Amino acid sequence: MDPDKELLLRLAQTDPSGLGREEREHLALLSRQVLEQPLIMVNSTTSGMVAGAGETWRAVEHYLEERNIGAEIRETGSIGLLSEEPVLSVQLPGRTRLFFRRVTADRVPALLDDIFHMVIPAELVIGQLPGNRQETWSDIRNLDNIPFFALQSRIVLEHCGIIDPFSLAEYVGRGGYSAFLSVIRRYTFSEVCNLVIRSGLRGRSGGGFPTGLKWKTAADTPSDQKYLICNAEESDPGAFTDRYLMEGNPFQLLEGIAIAAYAIGSNRAYIYIRSELKDSVKRIDHAIRELRNFGLLGDNILDSGYNLQISLRKGPGAFVCGEETALIASLEGRRGMPAPKPPYPTATGYLGRPTVVNNVETLSNLPGIIRKGPDWFRSIGQKDCPGTKIFSISGRSRITGLVEVPMGTTFDVIVNKITGGVERGRELKAVHVGGPLGYMIPPALMDLEITYENLKKHQLGMGSGGILVLDDRTCVVNMVRYFTAYVDKQSCGKCIPCREGTRRMAEVMERICSRPADEPDQSALDRFRGVLEMESLSGVMKDTSLCGLGQNAPNPVMSSLKYFREEYEAHVFDRVCPSNICTQLRSWFIDVDLCTGCSICAKRCPAEAIIGTPRHPYFIVQEKCIGCGICYEVCKFSAVYYK
Amino acid sequence: MPAHPDRIGDIIARFPHVRRNSLIPLLQAVQDELGYISEEAIVRIGSHLSLPSSKVYGLATFYNQFTFSPGGKYHITVCNGSACHLDGAGRLVEEIKKILDIGDGETTRDRLFSLEVQSCLGACGQSPVMAINGTYFSGITVKRLREIINQYLEDGSR
Repeated sequence: MDPDKELLLRLAQTDPSGLGREEREHLALLSRQVLEQPLIMVNSTTSGMVAGAGETWRAVEHYLEERNIGAEIRETGSIGLLSEEPVLSVQLPGRTRLFFRRVTADRVPALLDDIFHMVIPAELVIGQLPGNRQETWSDIRNLDNIPFFALQSRIVLEHCGIIDPFSLAEYVGRGGYSAFLSVIRRYTFSEVCNLVIRSGLRGRSGGGFPTGLKWKTAADTPSDQKYLICNAEESDPGAFTDRYLMEGNPFQLLEGIAIAAYAIGSNRAYIYIRSELKDSVKRIDHAIRELRNFGLLGDNILDSGYNLQISLRKGPGAFVCGEETALIASLEGRRGMPAPKPPYPTATGYLGRPTVVNNVETLSNLPGIIRKGPDWFRSIGQKDCPGTKIFSISGRSRITGLVEVPMGTTFDVIVNKITGGVERGRELKAVHVGGPLGYMIPPALMDLEITYENLKKHQLGMGSGGILVLDDRTCVVNMVRYFTAYVDKQSCGKCIPCREGTRRMAEVMERICSRPADEPDQSALDRFRGVLEMESLSGVMKDTSLCGLGQNAPNPVMSSLKYFREEYEAHVFDRVCPSNICTQLRSWFIDVDLCTGCSICAKRCPAEAIIGTPRHPYFIVQEKCIGCGICYEVCKFSAVYYK
Repeated sequence: MPAHPDRIGDIIARFPHVRRNSLIPLLQAVQDELGYISEEAIVRIGSHLSLPSSKVYGLATFYNQFTFSPGGKYHITVCNGSACHLDGAGRLVEEIKKILDIGDGETTRDRLFSLEVQSCLGACGQSPVMAINGTYFSGITVKRLREIINQYLEDGSR
């Protein structure tokens, strides 16, 4: 056997003190905790690539080649600062690692020149990562002291953006896989279950069901075969937690899957990743092959007598497959349509066998819980809701990013302190939590402590943990219309309340936000009635839909109606959009001083609402205008404006 | 454009002793290889799995990943996630539809462009985002969009 491989396996099985001094030194090199030559890491996750990390990578390569500098260049995950991409980190031997923001290709030569001359460009540096026996850079802030990181508890995200997701050595060198190996050596199946029950870990996919209890039901069901499925079908727009966990630290997730599979006595696990997450698929696929190669997956893992196969399946793209019974149907090669519960998948799931479906974040919590013990886990967060939760913050907040905070943190801390609130001079209007099935939360509730129970008390929830920040330039009604249209498209069509209800809801929202060319009296009445009936429609959908999609589809509408009623009233009765976002509700005018009378707007107006004589200022007849904005676009003299 | 007969055969040969749960991986392999699911592929996969073609087609149309006509030379993916929507992705989609005269999931007649609106590309920090054949463009405005498409139109007609 390859000596490096052997050493890593030994480390995973004992603690580092069991190794000789030379071995420990070799291991530190192998896991890049001690460096022989400079190390440059580029965030190659989706957000990095969109911002140009590919070019940055090539520029670094070119720079090193041209100047003949011996340095290593490696890929890494995201440290969570999505709006500062491409993030690049550099570590010189014996020094702490430095992180830099917005390193586009053109900035690479100057930046690297500076660093190799021990000068740190202040405008690009984010901070330094303190490390063991590493000399710190003076005058550079530690990452932990930056507001974005200071208030977070990065436990699950700890290594994301710091280690190379393609290197098992880096994961194992930082304590990885010791949890799984101690589990299969020391504990029985039910002991692992009990450990996780004691830790109080709850499913992170929104429902908050205790993970250990779910396992126990499956473990107690007699069967010749059991399955563990990791749900990585993250398709909520604006949620990117699972994606960056898989791209930043795939081995942690796979170790979690292995622990969970062992706990329910299963030797067959699947990881179901939405096919659009190409970078996640690539990293998980590589990680699985690497683990097989090391003998950490397969038959008789390290002579423990335990067998485990993990297979990667690509989800062909359907939002409803986030629901566990629909996901199982999709794995079985059928349409991803949910089934009535009970029977729960823990009794009859995949191929009729007991099946546990856990999501990525839940499973990624497991290695830490086993390594540090359930009492440690209980000490974080709230009593009935321990641990941390990762939120993906996007929209109009100053920082877009991944934030991990202890349960019980308030929205105020997350949105205003960690991600810096909205732009200066703007006001926070709302935060939308949990994607298309989520809730609109007004600024008045920002001090709410986030736990499953607390949110439930206010008829709210956290869903998958996507937080969309809305400022005063956004329109709540328009955003809700977007969500209802999305859910309408994604409803699988199996049960009537959801199929018809989501369609009706989308229609009502569409009618509120649009102004048809010719509106008979009755349609105005319909618009009023639609809003009035929305509440009873929501009730029916909540009570009678088959799965979470239909039951939660009314959430955005109901919560926004409750807290932002005046916005609806402006749209419905006054026919104006207070933030001027709904284009069709804008009132358009022509500035008589600027208009030259070229007549192009009148010619292009689809409603023939613009009248006038050539070479004299034109005029828009408000009653005829449908608010399409074409006149605004075609006017060469910027004479068209709206109020 | 009929697919080379062997390509589908080769893919099917990679999946011996299949059961129903191999149907989606099989379709995905065809989608990756040909870029779309052809009628021939549906019929042959059906007979390989002893399933009626209607069932195979019914399943394939349920999922967003599968397309039934070959994509354009330039495949435009526009993100319409919540953050991108907030920053005007809807306008971009409208503009593309207007310039190229195609809808979501369609291909222009000259097979130069095809359009796909995705629910989230996961780069909410750079919104609005779109990609053409894997090259990303971030923070785009309608004006910039027109320039980008014109550039590709020029390249394509060359």
